[in-house]
Amino acid sequence: MTPGAAKQADFPGAGALRETGRLCALGLDVLVSIFRRPFQTREFIQQCWFIASVTILPTALVAIPFGAVIALQLGTLIVQLGAQSFTGAASVLAIIQQAAPLVTALLVAGAGGSAICADIGSRTIREEIDAMAVLGVSPVQRLIVPRVLAAMLVAVLLNGLVSVVGVMGGYFFTVVLQGGTPGAYLSSFSALAQLPDLWVSELKALVFGFIAGVVAAYRGLHPKGGPKGVGDAVNQAVVITFLLLFFVNFVLTAVYLQAVPAKGS
Amino acid sequence: MGAEVVIEGLTKSFGNQAIWRDVTLSLPPGEVSVMLGPSGTGKSVFLKSMIGLLKPDRGSCVVNGVDIVTCSEAKLYETRKLFGVLFQDGALFGSMDLYDNVAFPLREHTKKSETEIKRIVLEKLELTGLQGAEHKLPGEISGGMRKRAGLARALVLDPEIILCDEPDSGLDPVRTAYLSQLLIDLNAQIDATILIVTHNINLARTVPDNLGMLFRKELVMFGPREVLLTSDEPVVEQFLNGRRIGPIGMSEEKDAAQMAAEQAHVDAGHHDGSGAEDLRGVVPQIEPTPGLPERQGARRRKDRVMQILHTLPEAAREGIIDSLTDAERARYNVRSHRRPPAASFRGSLHETQEIARLPRQDWRGASGR
Ligand SMILES: Nc1ncnc2c1ncn2[C@@H]1O[C@H](COP(=O)(O)OP(=O)(O)OP(=O)(O)O)[C@@H](O)[C@H]1O
Ligand SMILES: [Mg+2]
Repeated sequence: MTPGAAKQADFPGAGALRETGRLCALGLDVLVSIFRRPFQTREFIQQCWFIASVTILPTALVAIPFGAVIALQLGTLIVQLGAQSFTGAASVLAIIQQAAPLVTALLVAGAGGSAICADIGSRTIREEIDAMAVLGVSPVQRLIVPRVLAAMLVAVLLNGLVSVVGVMGGYFFTVVLQGGTPGAYLSSFSALAQLPDLWVSELKALVFGFIAGVVAAYRGLHPKGGPKGVGDAVNQAVVITFLLLFFVNFVLTAVYLQAVPAKGS
Repeated sequence: MGAEVVIEGLTKSFGNQAIWRDVTLSLPPGEVSVMLGPSGTGKSVFLKSMIGLLKPDRGSCVVNGVDIVTCSEAKLYETRKLFGVLFQDGALFGSMDLYDNVAFPLREHTKKSETEIKRIVLEKLELTGLQGAEHKLPGEISGGMRKRAGLARALVLDPEIILCDEPDSGLDPVRTAYLSQLLIDLNAQIDATILIVTHNINLARTVPDNLGMLFRKELVMFGPREVLLTSDEPVVEQFLNGRRIGPIGMSEEKDAAQMAAEQAHVDAGHHDGSGAEDLRGVVPQIEPTPGLPERQGARRRKDRVMQILHTLPEAAREGIIDSLTDAERARYNVRSHRRPPAASFRGSLHETQEIARLPRQDWRGASGR
């Protein structure tokens, strides 16, 4: 290499670090651009509608059996422990705090994120993104910000949906199929659950939506080599998002459990 | 007047693959330049580096005092508004129809009313021969039409610098001729600095003020068109004439063995792919359509070139002097050393008769045939 040429660090793992750095840079860029005018209202609404339309049905369909599985599993476990009266609270807490944000995130990433990544990726290889940048319009502000915000909004709304559907599913399975009493279910619910549980659930959904949107956009903006690269990028986007989501979920849960004292303790 | 673009020591590589190094040139304000080069030498990469889409390893590209390579993001977006860029594949927005595509820069960067936008957009679409297709999506039109729509979009903000990546590819010869004329007319009207990347020899011979060529990871030459058109450089000769004999191979470079083998084929009577005549030599440049103003860029260039005339190679100098009018020759105080060009023998009938009667025996003798 000629002297003075820009050198890239070259050690094992350097590539992964570089990618991570660029991903974070895009995340920051998106955060900053959110506050830059003019806001792309139309694009935002279109994207919300689009992401919602591809995620609502699968989310509802996943939420019912998910709520049921948790109710059944916890139900039997709790009966073995001899704490039947707390079945309701346990399944509600599990659903609202853990299941709902994760189910939502998986669907926003799997259905919404993959669509975002494919869309941005095909625009990149058609040079539309370049063309937009050359016309003096920032593609991040114009295309990425509305998509990320839409993913966040839809994630929060879906999270509400999953919580409701999951809790109802849990109620149904506990009360109707396992012969629990409705009164015990509801009273234990209000004995152990508290409002911050719902807030943290929504906060998680918000963060997961952001991550799903940014990762999808990042992979879409940097596909490797032509149309085949877009397919690979979509694939990677979903996998990377999943990994990140579970990790972030772990961190958020740990912090929350430390920071907010459990009710009744 | 268009902006000047000064490029110094620009070097670009992808990983280990060097694309070109130390490219130094300046696009004089308001002049039309053409960059030639075999496929894959990095011409598109060069254009993208000029507008900051790709980051060169080193070097600078200064437009209006802003170095595109090192300036801040905000400055870059600001400076890009001076540019109109036609991408190799048109790069239209697939989700918008042609009208919205062309209107896009206007809606983003100006506060014009919709009626005004409509007037401008329809005018540009008509200029590029796309009237009637404004409500088609990019997926529903031909490649050449996409190209022309891309040009319409690049022109809509009256840019100071126009970059065109192969405006002629995918267009038929007639449309290419119209397009050449369109670019010259534009230059006359808005005095924009234009850089065209192309393989089209005819366009390269007739349109630009300045010609350059990229080959073997380097800028072979860049300067007044006459210099490249009369050059003895083997690559230039091979490229202009489109023949297989020469340093350019199917993959960028050839080795000596292949060159020798090909030369042997030609010596044995195998056609080398070129036309019958040598396409080098200075041909008249396209003029703006009558009625349009004179090209200011061409006037400035004439002064500039006459100042550096003594530094140019002999053949280029002759080409330049031959292309001047008598008045200009007097003004710049230069004389041609050559006989008047063949064209001046075209004349009225009585001259023709004389020429016909005396078929210029001396010339046949002189050439030794
Ligand atoms: N994003 C990229 N990553 C890696 N290599 C690239 C990239 N873009 C271009 N190249 C390489 O740069 C070289 C030059 O490409 P470029 O598209 O500039 O050629 P070109 O001169 O425009 O050719 P053509 O006349 O066929 O359009 C090619 O060898 C190509 O492989
Ligand atoms: Mg190219």
